[in-house]
Amino acid sequence: MLGGAFELRTLGLVGGVLILLAAATIFVRALRARNDSGLNAAVLETFRMRVHAWWVLCSILATTFFIGQTATVVLFGLIGFWGLREFITLTPTRLGDHRTLFLVFFLIAPLQFVLVGAENYPLYSIVIPVYAFLFIPALIAMAGDYKRFLERSAKIQAGLLICVYCLSYAPALLTLQLESGPEPKLPPGANTRLLFFFVLMVQFSDALQYAWAQIPSRHVIVPTINPTKTWEGLLGGSASATLIGGLLWWATPFQGSNWWMAAAMSLVISIMGFAGGLTLSAIKRDRGVRDYGTLVEGHGGVLDRIDSICFAAPVFFHFTLWWLKMQHIKQPWEG
Amino acid sequence: MDKTSLMRNGLALLAQLLSGASSRWIDSQPDTCQRVYFANHTSHLDAIVLWSALPANVREVTRPVAAKDYWMKGAIRRYLATQVFNALLIDRTEIKVHQSPVDVMIREIGQQYSLIVFPEGSRGDGQEIGDFKSGLYYLAKKRPDLELIPVHLDNMNRILPRGQVLPVPLLSCITFGPPMWLETKEPKDAFLRRARNAVRQLKEI
Repeated sequence: MLGGAFELRTLGLVGGVLILLAAATIFVRALRARNDSGLNAAVLETFRMRVHAWWVLCSILATTFFIGQTATVVLFGLIGFWGLREFITLTPTRLGDHRTLFLVFFLIAPLQFVLVGAENYPLYSIVIPVYAFLFIPALIAMAGDYKRFLERSAKIQAGLLICVYCLSYAPALLTLQLESGPEPKLPPGANTRLLFFFVLMVQFSDALQYAWAQIPSRHVIVPTINPTKTWEGLLGGSASATLIGGLLWWATPFQGSNWWMAAAMSLVISIMGFAGGLTLSAIKRDRGVRDYGTLVEGHGGVLDRIDSICFAAPVFFHFTLWWLKMQHIKQPWEG
Repeated sequence: MDKTSLMRNGLALLAQLLSGASSRWIDSQPDTCQRVYFANHTSHLDAIVLWSALPANVREVTRPVAAKDYWMKGAIRRYLATQVFNALLIDRTEIKVHQSPVDVMIREIGQQYSLIVFPEGSRGDGQEIGDFKSGLYYLAKKRPDLELIPVHLDNMNRILPRGQVLPVPLLSCITFGPPMWLETKEPKDAFLRRARNAVRQLKEI
């Protein structure tokens, strides 16, 4: 893993992101220094906070990449754990759910990431949606409280699915490999770049959708759920994310004549990211809060930051897996 | 740093992590002056979490008031209560005339310590704050110089509810309110109602 991380293309990708972040920071500083920029102060502040969050995210990601696969899985495990805390905190549960929740937090959630770390795809792909999903309602029933039974089971299941199961597919990108052959792994550093590309594209499409939503003509998609998500933002943001993803083809395993594959994957990431943000907004609306972090601090919580990653990760994982399989049949360049 | 304060800081950090507590001070500031923090009570963790939410220097001079029968049971609890939290243990089974809990508290705090009390007496279900027992009133009457700080603990009843042994690591919120005092000639019931409302109002902010 270490050798792969120092590979030239990886350094190019990480270096490019650092330059971009530095540019964004200088840009924000310059805009803040001039009061007459005519820009909305709230928009500028949001942007400043996002740039700050990206620095944190990037440095953590870069550090864990260089330490290795296990560190990355543990990092995502901790993020998922915190996201689940925020999710369940805002979701009313009853005393009868207490023991189930204990097992969800201390058994099922860690187990999922242990299985991802152990690269056991047949197990980590079903342990939550099959076993945990049957186990949770049965355990709640054991506690004997039948009030709003189905609703309570579904809430815990949804939290586990979004914050733990879906998120775990992001570090699982590090374990993707070709099916057979003497050298079943992808070329050195390819998995690290795949995860970095994925996180980068999610952040890009989030930011681009937000930026495009600022243009004056606004057609809000679902005003009752999220007034900041507009058709302009979705279309413009997805289109520009697709373009940037296509331009980054060299960093992905989607190479050769397949530059359009990197673009198509970026489109998928962008749309799934949008779906994630909208879904979590709906849950927040129902609970009457603005951010998942309201309980934590004044600014947004962990779940507000990872909603798009959670929705995009499993879909990106499976699309990449199919592509790798197709590649292997068409041109067995590793075996 | 000696072993005890290492243990204190370590446990405070652990309590903070487990309860995911974020603390807010509304019209109020942390201070080492003598105070009585009074809060709603829903969980065995309440005293520890409130204590750990205070800054380290304030924590040093703040003693939770706790039930002797619970905290003297078993070596770990006893060690935590007497060595780490420096708890002021009250014997609920043997209350004598000249050994009333309020007298014990006043004697123990001297001119240095602050207290953490739960005036409801026992843990509630987290829905409605119960009526306050009169201890807080007598404490305020005998020591009118103490600042009374209302504290609201949110979500603790879901982290470790009554009758459960295993904690669920949800997030909680601790809100400290502005200091209050016993007004001159304020009747007991009116004061206790006012104190209870002060805690309840912090929930809405």
